[in-house]
Amino acid sequence: MVTNLPAIGTQFLLDAAALAPLIPSLERRGYQVAGPTIRGAAIVYDTLHSLDELPAGWTTEHEAGTYRLKKRADDAWFGFTVGPDSWKRYLHPPEARLFAARRDGQSFQIVEENAEAPRWALVGVRSCELAAIAIQDRVLLGEHYGDVIYEARRRGLFLVAVNCTVNSPTCFCVSMHSAPPAEAGFDLALTELVEGPRHRFLAEAGSRQGAEVLAELGPAEATATDRREAEEAIKKAMGGLQRSMRTAGLREMLYEHFEHPRWEDAAARCLCCGNCTMVCPTCFCTTVEDRSAVDGNGAERLRKWDSCFSENFSYIHGGSVRMSAKSRYRQWLTHKLAAWVDQFGSAGCVGCGRCITWCPAGIDLTKEVAALWEPAGPPRNGGHPAPGPR
Amino acid sequence: MAVIEAEQERGLANAMVPALGRVAQVKKETSDTFTLAVEPASAEPLAGFQPGQFSMLYVFGAGELPISISGDPQERSRLVYTVRSVGKLTQLLVSRKPGDVIGVRGPYGTHWPLKAARGKDVLIVAGGIGLAPLRPAIYHILRHRADYGRLIVLYGARSPRDLIYRRQIEEWARLPDAQVLATVDYGGVAWHGHVGVVTGLFRYVRLQPFHTVALICGPEIMMRYVIWELETRGLQPGDLHISLERNMKCGIGFCGHCQYGPNFLCKDGPIFPYHEIRSWFGKYEL
Ligand SMILES: Cc1cc2nc3c(=O)[nH]c(=O)nc-3n(C[C@H](O)[C@H](O)[C@H](O)COP(=O)(O)OP(=O)(O)OC[C@H]3O[C@@H](n4cnc5c(N)ncnc54)[C@H](O)[C@@H]3O)c2cc1C
Ligand code: SF4
Ligand code: SF4
Ligand code: FES
Repeated sequence: MVTNLPAIGTQFLLDAAALAPLIPSLERRGYQVAGPTIRGAAIVYDTLHSLDELPAGWTTEHEAGTYRLKKRADDAWFGFTVGPDSWKRYLHPPEARLFAARRDGQSFQIVEENAEAPRWALVGVRSCELAAIAIQDRVLLGEHYGDVIYEARRRGLFLVAVNCTVNSPTCFCVSMHSAPPAEAGFDLALTELVEGPRHRFLAEAGSRQGAEVLAELGPAEATATDRREAEEAIKKAMGGLQRSMRTAGLREMLYEHFEHPRWEDAAARCLCCGNCTMVCPTCFCTTVEDRSAVDGNGAERLRKWDSCFSENFSYIHGGSVRMSAKSRYRQWLTHKLAAWVDQFGSAGCVGCGRCITWCPAGIDLTKEVAALWEPAGPPRNGGHPAPGPR
Repeated sequence: MAVIEAEQERGLANAMVPALGRVAQVKKETSDTFTLAVEPASAEPLAGFQPGQFSMLYVFGAGELPISISGDPQERSRLVYTVRSVGKLTQLLVSRKPGDVIGVRGPYGTHWPLKAARGKDVLIVAGGIGLAPLRPAIYHILRHRADYGRLIVLYGARSPRDLIYRRQIEEWARLPDAQVLATVDYGGVAWHGHVGVVTGLFRYVRLQPFHTVALICGPEIMMRYVIWELETRGLQPGDLHISLERNMKCGIGFCGHCQYGPNFLCKDGPIFPYHEIRSWFGKYEL
């Protein structure tokens, strides 16, 4: 039993080597640990058993529609930014069973899905990703109904945050108020400092559990110099962001520009593939799928990620409401940046840049928004074919 | 973590798992529309509802649909639904036999403002299957007749054979202080009533602005014309209430399918006072 726990909110210093017991310590506490690792040609999130599986010495190059792994000059463990995966896959899984049912004559019985949710410890959660989790909390732990699948996973979660000391050209977290240093919502937060052979981490506990884990790593209190060094590294990375978004009045602007020439323009490039919604850490939409056993006596309902870019998404008898690519691109962007504010009190975008990197057509929402800020021009005829009286 | 502990009180009941309801009765309304009465299939009673709310009905192994509750809100022992067969799932629903068990979730959504309408005339305008979610409101008004002024029901259907609740409509029409008019798009020889769109019936009714609450449900295009007519006649946007329809996969605000501007139709709707959504209503491909 540890008696003297590191104080919450105080910065401690650890040599990189001292972090080695982190994963075993989490595993001993009953967590399954996931973190960044290289699979194929990307840094994805997967189960980790040792910090050796981190992409040490690697970084990633990002541009609209472009992603590439590259060797770093040093051996930094977290010297890259966010990849195609987000933690959404662990908390709001791409596919989950809602229930199974068994036929019983004219009736049937529900066999509830009570599978124990895994307790995950997520290592390497960036501040934009913490912000995304906080957003999904507001969406999925609703006032009247909670999404049980999310809630069960969220409750058991242990979060090891990592403050970015690098950036990618696609990042715009500063505009979306989700930039490092992470201030809350984590159990443990790390800032990596690499300088030649000196490889150290600043560590801060954000919860009692976090403090307990930190205590086992033998931390020493950080000096003012160490703290300043970490602050500078973060500040430098954030000062170098290449993308931004004008957010003051954005909601009103998008509502006013429901008809705007830029929607057509974006739609002409958009493939409606839905990649942006799949990689987005906040998009939450799902559909359901019914399966029945060949003998007709067993059935199950599955819930799967869905995307507002599919034509079926808005289908009602008589035809889809959003037939055009224009209307679907508009739904996506307007939902993320405007309607979300009405629905959940903040925008649904944290500026992680994934949708930019992973768009096969290289569509960049920061550029689209900038263009949408331009006056809409005179109303065009195609805009309102409402045949009824106004 | 701390954020989550506050949520603990709500418990982990899976709101996506239906209660079981046994079909007690199936009544044919028209060639494609049937009314199903559903009773609890277990010891647990089915939840009560407010007029205008809907349920998610599940057919074993096939899927789940939003369907309005069309019965008498006072009748606690069963829930009644009127379903028009337009596709795979509605076809499966209307072909249920007495004794068959279906899944029932809900009721969900907002309801008709029957409290606010007290002391006023109530104008009900329905198109097609849109009369189904309005029927509970009519039951309520007839049961609390002294609380309301005149009851006016204007109902449009494709043809005389497509009128639902036909016997009841004739009964309502005979009541004092009620005016009930039906119109059809295509009349045929046996039809002596009105032919044409539902707005054509407005010329037969006298509406008192500020003293009339209108409850409207039907195809969006029909509702657009009705609202225009009613505003022309001086009714206030806050007194017009409409029920909207969008794809729904969950009914409880999680699946995102029912979004309508900033609204989730399943929880912020499907019924809205017109003045609250007028800036969105009628927007093409919203
Ligand atoms: C709040 C609400 C209340 C409703 N009340 C009634 C009612 O009382 N009676 C009635 O007959 N119909 C009602 N509907 C419409 C009914 O849900 C659709 O007609 C039905 O979903 C069509 O399904 P289908 O499989 O038969 O048709 P298909 O056209 O084959 O539809 C395929 C799938 O698309 C989706 N879908 C299609 N149309 C709709 C729709 N209009 N709304 C939501 N999802 C849809 C469903 O997932 C459906 O399974 C209501 C709809 C809503 C939103
Ligand atoms: S919309 Fe794009 S930048 Fe914003 S959170 Fe989603 S993926 Fe990241
Ligand atoms: S942007 Fe589209 S997929 Fe994402 S949450 Fe909104 S409606 Fe759903
Ligand atoms: S029906 Fe799923 S969010 Fe409204």
